Amino acid sequence: MTSTLNPRFTFDTFVVGAANRLAVTAGRTVAENPGSAYNPLFIYSSSGLGKTHVLMAIGHAAKAIATQLNIEYLTLDEYVEAFHAAIAAGQGDAFRRRFQNVDVLLVDDVQFLTNRKEMQTELLRLTEALQQAGHQIVLASDRPPAEIADLDERLISRFSGGLVVDMGIPDYETRVAILRRKAEERGQNFQPGVLETVAKVEYPNVRELMGALNRVIAFQAVNEAPINEEAVRRVLGIPSAAASSTAASSTAASPAAASRDEFSQFLTDVTVTVGKAVEAWRARVTEAVLRWEGEGYRTGRLELLLDQDTPASVDEAIASYVQDVERLKALEAEVAVLDPQAAGDKVFRDPDLVAAAESVAAKVREGAAPPPAPSAVFTLDSYVAGPSNEVALNGARDVIGKPGKKYNPLVIVGQSGLGKTHLLNAIGLELAKKKHAIVACLSTQQFVDELIAAIDGNRIDWWRARYRRATAFLLDDIQLLAGKERTQEELFNLFNQFLDADRQLVFTAPAHPNTLQGLEERIVSRLEGGLVVEIQEPDKELKRSALERLLKSQRVTTDAALIDYLVDRPVESVRNLGALVQRVVEAAAAQDGPVTAGLAREVLEGAPAPRRPTGARTSGIVVSSAGGVRSREKMVWDWPAAADRVIEDLR
Amino acid sequence: MSLVNFTAREITCKIVYYGPGRSGKTTNLHYVYERVPETRRGRMVSLATQTDRTLFFDFLPIDLGQISGFSTRFQLYTVPGQVYYNATRRLVLQGADGVVFVGDSQARQLDENIESLQNLQSNLLEHGVDVRTMPLVMQYNKQDLPPELILTLPELDDALNFRSVPSFPADALHGKGVFETLKAISELVLKKLAAGSPTG
Repeated sequence: MTSTLNPRFTFDTFVVGAANRLAVTAGRTVAENPGSAYNPLFIYSSSGLGKTHVLMAIGHAAKAIATQLNIEYLTLDEYVEAFHAAIAAGQGDAFRRRFQNVDVLLVDDVQFLTNRKEMQTELLRLTEALQQAGHQIVLASDRPPAEIADLDERLISRFSGGLVVDMGIPDYETRVAILRRKAEERGQNFQPGVLETVAKVEYPNVRELMGALNRVIAFQAVNEAPINEEAVRRVLGIPSAAASSTAASSTAASPAAASRDEFSQFLTDVTVTVGKAVEAWRARVTEAVLRWEGEGYRTGRLELLLDQDTPASVDEAIASYVQDVERLKALEAEVAVLDPQAAGDKVFRDPDLVAAAESVAAKVREGAAPPPAPSAVFTLDSYVAGPSNEVALNGARDVIGKPGKKYNPLVIVGQSGLGKTHLLNAIGLELAKKKHAIVACLSTQQFVDELIAAIDGNRIDWWRARYRRATAFLLDDIQLLAGKERTQEELFNLFNQFLDADRQLVFTAPAHPNTLQGLEERIVSRLEGGLVVEIQEPDKELKRSALERLLKSQRVTTDAALIDYLVDRPVESVRNLGALVQRVVEAAAAQDGPVTAGLAREVLEGAPAPRRPTGARTSGIVVSSAGGVRSREKMVWDWPAAADRVIEDLR
Repeated sequence: MSLVNFTAREITCKIVYYGPGRSGKTTNLHYVYERVPETRRGRMVSLATQTDRTLFFDFLPIDLGQISGFSTRFQLYTVPGQVYYNATRRLVLQGADGVVFVGDSQARQLDENIESLQNLQSNLLEHGVDVRTMPLVMQYNKQDLPPELILTLPELDDALNFRSVPSFPADALHGKGVFETLKAISELVLKKLAAGSPTG
C-alpha cells in the first residue's frame, strides 16, 4: 500500500545549497531525534526541488540510526486510497491503528487535501495521535499550510506548530554542483564549461535541469565526440554567446573567447570553493542552533554569531556554548533530585544564565539540608538492656545488621518513658554509620509541622524529595498521626517507596498499632506487617544497671543500700527512676550532705523537699502543666520553675 | 596578514610563484593577466631587465568580485629567480598564503630546481613558517620542449615532489597548465580558510 523508500534518495546524494540548507538540516535533526525535535516538520517548495528526496532521506537516515523504527512513506493520494479501501472493507479502525504505530510517518503532496474534508479530519486525528505518542510526522507540500485551499484551521495551526521550512530554487553554484554530481553518477565526462553553460540557464526546478542534462548526455552519445559549449547552447536553445563574445561563431576558438572562458571557469571554481569555505561555518552554527533549540535550550548567543560574522571564533563559541549547556544539564539533574520543582526553572534552559543557574542550584543545595538526623545523645551503648526490653533490642540489632531486609517496618511499642525514643535514635545512629546512609529520624509532631510548612511555602516537592533520598526513615510517636489525613497520605506514599526499595522503616508507638485510634487502616496494616516489639516495664535487673549508670553520671558514690532501696521503689519506667534519683541528688545538694538511702527515703516518702531553681545542666524529665510531652526527645536541659512541674509518681 | 576579513567581508589571497631563474614564473603571470577581463585586473607591475629577467618582482592583483558576499582578491607575486636576489625573495614570501613552485622541466636544470626548492624552505623558515603547513603546488614548466631535453612527470615528481603536493605539467608560454595550477593553489588556500582558522 505504501511506497518503499527509493534507495537513491539519501542525504548523501542530495546537493545542499543556500536555498535548501535549512530544510536539510531540519530533516537531519528530525531523523536523529524523531518525535522530539520538530513535530510535525512541514517542508514546502515548488515542484521538482527535492521535497520527496528530503522526505525519503529523512526515512533512510532515521532507519540508519535506529533500525527498529517503523518508517512509512506515502503520498497523500496513497493515504486516501488506503483509507477508502479500509472503509469499504469495514476495517477503518484497523487502518487507524496501523498508522498510529508508525514511528516516523512521511506524507508527501499534502496540498491535495484541498476539498477533502473527511481526509482532513482523518489526518488531524492521526497527527494528534502521533504527536501524543511522541512519533514523528513529516509532511511535504508545494505550498505553505496556510495557502492550501480549504484547509481546516485546526490542521493549519497543527502543521504550523512544528517547523515549517521552504526550499528555494538552487543558485548557480548549487546547480553546477548538482550537474557535476549527476554527470558523475551517470559516468559522463564533459569538456570544461559545458555543465557551467547548462547551469547558467535558470530552470524553475531541478527536474527541468535534469532534463537539460539528459539532452546534453544524449547528444554527446549520438555524436561520439565530446560536446562543446557552443553545441550545448544549440541543443538547449540558449541564445548564442556571440553577443558577449567578440568573435563571430566561425572564429569560436579565438584566443579572446577561449581566454574569457578560462578565466570564468577559474572564477566559477573559486566561487564554489569560497562558497563552501565561507558557508561551512554558517552551516555549523545553524546546525548547532537547530539542535539545541530542539532540545529546548535558548540559542540567542549562537544566533548572534550569524549576524556578527566573527567566524574566527565560531568553533570556540559553539564549544563554549555546548559546555554551558552540559553544565546546565548537570545542574538541572542535580537539582531535580533535591527539588523537582526548582529543576523546572527556566534558567536551566538558557546557557547565557549559567551563573544564575549555579546560584539557583546552590540555593537548592543549601535548602536541601538532609532530613533530621537521629540525636547523638541516644547511643546504643548507653541503652540499658534487661529482660524487659530484650526482644526489642534483638529486633533493633537485626534491623541494624540487615536494614530493610529482615524486619521492615520495625515498630517499637511500650508505655511512655521505657526508652522507645532512645532505642529508635540508637538504631538511627547505627544505621547512619553505614556507607552513603541518610537517616531521617524525627518525631511525628515535627514531621507534621514540616509538612504544613512545606504546603504553606509551596515546597511540597522539595519536602518529599528530602525524605525520599533517605536510606532509612525513623518516626517517633506515630500515634500523633491520628486525624492528620494529609500526613498519613504522605507517610503512606513514603512507606510504600521505602518498602519497595528495601529501605528500613522504624516507628514507635505507645501501644500495638491496631489499637491506636485515628490511624488509617492501610497504614495500620502496613505497620503490623513488619515486626512489632514491646518494651515491658523495667525489671529489677534493668533498674539496677540503669541506677548504677545514673548515679555514676551524677558523680554520686554508689551505695549498695541506696541502690537496693531505689530498685525496690515502684516505678513504671526508667525515666521515672531518673526522676527519683534527681530528687534525691538535689536534696543532698541542698543540704550539702551525701546521698544516702536514708536521705532517699526521707525525700521520697516524706514531703517533697523544697527545691531551689537552678540553671545547672541536669538530666531528667520535664512534664508540662498540660501533662503532654512537648520536646521531641522528651528531654530538656533547663528546669522550669517549680510551679510548672508535676512529678508523675505523685500524681 | 589576514586572509579573511569578516568585518570588511573581504578575502585576500597572496600567492607567490617561486622557482629557479628562467623557469617561467613571470610567463605564468602574463598568461593570467591576458585572460583576466580588464575590469577585474589591476596594473601588472613588472620590473625586468632588458633581457626580460625579473629584477625585483612581478605583482598582479586580480579582483574576483563578490563571492558569497565577500569581495575576493587574489594577489599574484613572482620572485626573482637568480640566486643573488635572495633578500627580495624573502621579502616577497612574507605573508604568502600559498606558493606555486614553478620548476624547469629541462634535465640540465634539475640541480637549480632542487636548490631553489631548498631555498624556498629556508626562506619560509626565516618567517617562522613550516613548509609543510604552507599550501603548495608544483608546476613543471616547459613540457613543450623536445622529449630528449626534458624529464618526464614521474621523474620530476620523484626528484622534487617528495611531499606529494598536487603537481601539474605546463607550457606557460601557450597557457597549458597555467589556470589548472592557479585553480589548485586557490583551492588549497581557500580550504585552509574553511578549516576555520585564518592564518594570522
